Amino acid sequence: MPNGASTITPPGAPARALPVVDYDSEAYWKGGADGRLHIYRCQDCKYFVHPPVRFCPKCEGLNVEPEATSGKGFITSFTINYKQWVPGLPDKFVLAIVRIAEQDDVQLVTNIVNCDPDTVTMDMPVKVVFEQHEDLFVPFFEPEANR
Amino acid sequence: MSASTYGEKNCAITGVGQSKVSRGSPDTALTLTVHAAMEAIRDAGLTRADIDGIATWPGDKGDQSGFSPVGCAALQDALRLKLNWYEGGGEAPGQYGAVFNAIGAIAAGLCRNVLVFRTMYEATARKAAFANSLIKPGQRQSGGGGGGFSWFGPYWNYAAALQQSLFFNKYVHNSGIKPEQIAQISINQRRNASLNPAAIYRTPITLDDYMNSPRIAGPLRIYDCDVPIDGATAIIVSRMDVAKDGPNPPVRIEAVGSCMQYRNSWSQLDCLPTQAQPKVAEMMWSRTDLKPKDVDMAQLYDGFSFHTINWLENFGFCGLYEAKDFIEGGKRISLEGELPTNTGGGALSAGRLHAYGAVHEACTQLWGRGGDRQVKKDLHVVATSTAGGPLAGAMLLVKD
Repeated sequence: MPNGASTITPPGAPARALPVVDYDSEAYWKGGADGRLHIYRCQDCKYFVHPPVRFCPKCEGLNVEPEATSGKGFITSFTINYKQWVPGLPDKFVLAIVRIAEQDDVQLVTNIVNCDPDTVTMDMPVKVVFEQHEDLFVPFFEPEANR
Repeated sequence: MSASTYGEKNCAITGVGQSKVSRGSPDTALTLTVHAAMEAIRDAGLTRADIDGIATWPGDKGDQSGFSPVGCAALQDALRLKLNWYEGGGEAPGQYGAVFNAIGAIAAGLCRNVLVFRTMYEATARKAAFANSLIKPGQRQSGGGGGGFSWFGPYWNYAAALQQSLFFNKYVHNSGIKPEQIAQISINQRRNASLNPAAIYRTPITLDDYMNSPRIAGPLRIYDCDVPIDGATAIIVSRMDVAKDGPNPPVRIEAVGSCMQYRNSWSQLDCLPTQAQPKVAEMMWSRTDLKPKDVDMAQLYDGFSFHTINWLENFGFCGLYEAKDFIEGGKRISLEGELPTNTGGGALSAGRLHAYGAVHEACTQLWGRGGDRQVKKDLHVVATSTAGGPLAGAMLLVKD
């Protein structure tokens, strides 16, 4: 198993629907192979640009490249799911929006994993953890306190 | 604020129609659409020959989801309409985008009477599959741009109820609203539906029923979610001079809100607890001299109860995070209250007609056709709204 990837999805749980990856989103979905979360960043004014596009909305610069981040963030919002939409879902799981520690307006959709859903709170510090699916390294987040 | 500057002021709703609404129709979606359309045309005192434009949102989806199975082409041919203009597209300020486009077409001199319609066939679609799933098994999710659902792809985001709870739970966290307060939306609407023979669910519910109902995704319970149906609604939007010749007192479109001021993205939305409503409401109020206190009735989007709660605040009927007190006990929003809300039962109880049920009900009440649920006071001004998340649209309707 590559550096940093772990097992998150329980056996028998529904498959993870994977995104179409293009030239700009590749760093996000595949960059986790090195165990780090990669986000586009303007190399001129240092603004993080997400979803990724090679244009900086702050300085209008085109010099935007993926950069490894700390992988840390905070839960901006979350919901605990109870409904069994399809067979095999855990009784409860957490869908969340996490903002990265480096910049509040980079919002990542994710699941909060490796914890009891009932212990998840708004603004909780979290840290990235990856699970490999085909050629992608899907970023999930777990409580920072787990480490 | 003249009609030459604000095109909506030269437009009015002159007729409405609705098919039978059910949890599984023997008729096809197109037949239901025809029923709604012909009823609206006749209600406006018109014939097919008078209709010179049609508009719908989001147009024919060309899939089996039932979300939007009928577009302009199918209806034009079924009714053999001869049109100067037509439009059916999804990238718009929510469901009312079709109305706003109709206003533009009238202002541009393209049309005099536009048939606007919305058809849903989700009840039947769901019998075949979990058709509303945002996840399509076995294929990679596209839509990588700002608004795209591909960012939700791997995270078991099976339904809007789950995904939009990201907004609702933030609202709960910020406002401190309690479940027994949230419950007032669905309890009130079920009470209204019990007086509406066309509603799907008509047995009143109690607070206990609500509190004991299944949880979907926090904070949503089953009663907070709208009801998938088979059904169609149609309205006729007419140029004002034409509207005045009709049998019904024109329901004027006094003001609209249609703006895109936030990040238009389901993941990057920069106003999670309010959704994209505040600036849309602000735009609507900027186009009229009327104020929230002048509104007699509200027909607010209720795909989920929280949309209605948000709109009560964002329209200015109460302050931000004060809806919990405004709806406490349910009296203010009841048929007898100061702001009767979703008087036909709304999408939660009458069925998911997707914002056009709200327009239909607004006109039904303004024209005094509400039967047992008719609001007893004088009605002139109705606020109506659509959609959640990054989508939002608003209209202020007035019968002079």
